[in-house]
Amino acid sequence: MNIKEITIIGGYNKHRELENVRELTIKKGEIFGIVGPTGSGKSNLISDIEQLAQGDTLSGRKILINGEIPPEDIRRNPRKKRIAQLSQNMNFLADMTVEEFILMHAKSRGIERENIVDKVINLANKLTGEPIEREYNLTVLSGGQSRSLMVADVAVVSDSPIVLIDEIENAGIKKHEALNLLADYGKIVMIVTHDPVLALMADRRVVMKNGGMCKIINTSSEEKEVSKRLSEIDDWILSLREKIRHGEILGLDNVIKKQYM
Amino acid sequence: MEDKENGLSYKGIKIAIVAGTPGAGKTSVLIHTIRSLINLGFNPAVVKIDCLYTDDDIRYKKLGIPILVGLSKDMCPDHFAIYNLEEMVEWANNQSQNIDILIVETAGLCHRCAPYTKNTLGICVIDATSGPNTPKKVGPFLTGADIVAITKGDIISQPEREIFRERVLEMNPKCRIYDVNGLSGQGCEEIAKEITKTKSIMHEELEFEELRHSAPLCICTLCIGERRVSKKYHRGVLRRIDGFTKYLGE
Ligand SMILES: Nc1nc2c(ncn2[C@@H]2O[C@H](COP(=O)(O)OP(=O)(O)O)[C@@H](O)[C@H]2O)c(=O)[nH]1
Ligand SMILES: [Mg+2]
Ligand SMILES: [Zn+2]
Repeated sequence: MNIKEITIIGGYNKHRELENVRELTIKKGEIFGIVGPTGSGKSNLISDIEQLAQGDTLSGRKILINGEIPPEDIRRNPRKKRIAQLSQNMNFLADMTVEEFILMHAKSRGIERENIVDKVINLANKLTGEPIEREYNLTVLSGGQSRSLMVADVAVVSDSPIVLIDEIENAGIKKHEALNLLADYGKIVMIVTHDPVLALMADRRVVMKNGGMCKIINTSSEEKEVSKRLSEIDDWILSLREKIRHGEILGLDNVIKKQYM
Repeated sequence: MEDKENGLSYKGIKIAIVAGTPGAGKTSVLIHTIRSLINLGFNPAVVKIDCLYTDDDIRYKKLGIPILVGLSKDMCPDHFAIYNLEEMVEWANNQSQNIDILIVETAGLCHRCAPYTKNTLGICVIDATSGPNTPKKVGPFLTGADIVAITKGDIISQPEREIFRERVLEMNPKCRIYDVNGLSGQGCEEIAKEITKTKSIMHEELEFEELRHSAPLCICTLCIGERRVSKKYHRGVLRRIDGFTKYLGE
């Protein structure tokens, strides 16, 4: 099935009142942000989408694909579900190499593609300062390496048109590139985040309150500019990180040359 | 019991045998599953088999259903479960509620036996955090199961879950897999529905009931209490570490 858009039909907030946002449609290639304080219902919104809820979850929301109720087998069979979740839990309990992981995952998704291992690793290495090699064991990857591998895996292997991201941790990954990369692959990207770089990269964001979708903010061109500058600062900090990693010494000129403040 | 005219006849009992390593989430999943069964109008009862000790009965009691604990002591708990199946059904039939579903939670310590029989529903509960090589290691209680309930997917990443699932399918291509969560109960309703679809068996049919997978070769001198280690004291079916198997004795 070619997924062009998803629609969230509003349900209820924690006080059983109708949520403000009654209907929300997100299209292919769009990055959509979800913001709000802890306990405001961000993860529940993500999980409603993940489950393709049909009024059967606490919120009573319904999720439509291309304007229609998705067929039962798409909801039940994870192989057909076509939703990728980039989760906070990337512990890699699996005792296997990066190569085995990619091949095994591609097999589980029924995907046969040439050079898939190289494709994933090359992509991952664009997002992290510490290159990953195919024979590395998953358990030795750093946080940044494993996050980069997961993003590349979602882009190439998961091949799902909808990507849900429930916070992406900061350290060691070029977040801006990572998000662009996912959107470039024609995906609908929904991301829970308070990281200004990521939140402002989204075209729109929904503000959650008391378990309900409270309002939608369109990212202004001024905010887009802020996002671009913040992203440069981010890359710059990442480059300083790499200098430290390689035993270099930082001087004041590393800071003064860059006039961002 | 045979009074078929007035609809009060004994219709037999559906039996589900639930196996899985300790801590995999059997009790947690079953508690949600039993709640669904009760909501669907069934009267389930549970037997918990363990070796030396269990407190699972306290958790099941809260559901207000009959629960029987069987401790196998120095016998293999799976052998013990198999050997006592008829007694369990008799116990269930003797309860005042009209028990129509019997669920047996095994101890899950032995990777060589699986107490599934041909006409019961075999449910394997397996913990996704145990790593993708686990399905290769656990043997007949996975390969012989009808239903595989994968728990704890909530604490690993999606690709890890998918890889685990693939490994389960490699070991048991015919099973029906459900992703379940022992904490939230997600997916347990589907397990309940699977149990209700199992055919009922009559007590007298149990006499002909057979295991799906033969229990391991054994009966050696160690089985009957010999404590001395040296080879020369042992008789029976013996397998050497190099794979050589022989029978010694009369
Ligand atoms: N995170 C998580 N924990 C679980 C899940 N299922 C069970 N547990 C926990 O795992 C532990 C063992 O569960 P239990 O049902 O007693 O396992 P049993 O020995 O197989 O009966 C308990 O602490 C449960 O709370 C699950 O799906 N997710
Ligand atoms: Mg238990
Ligand atoms: Zn045994």
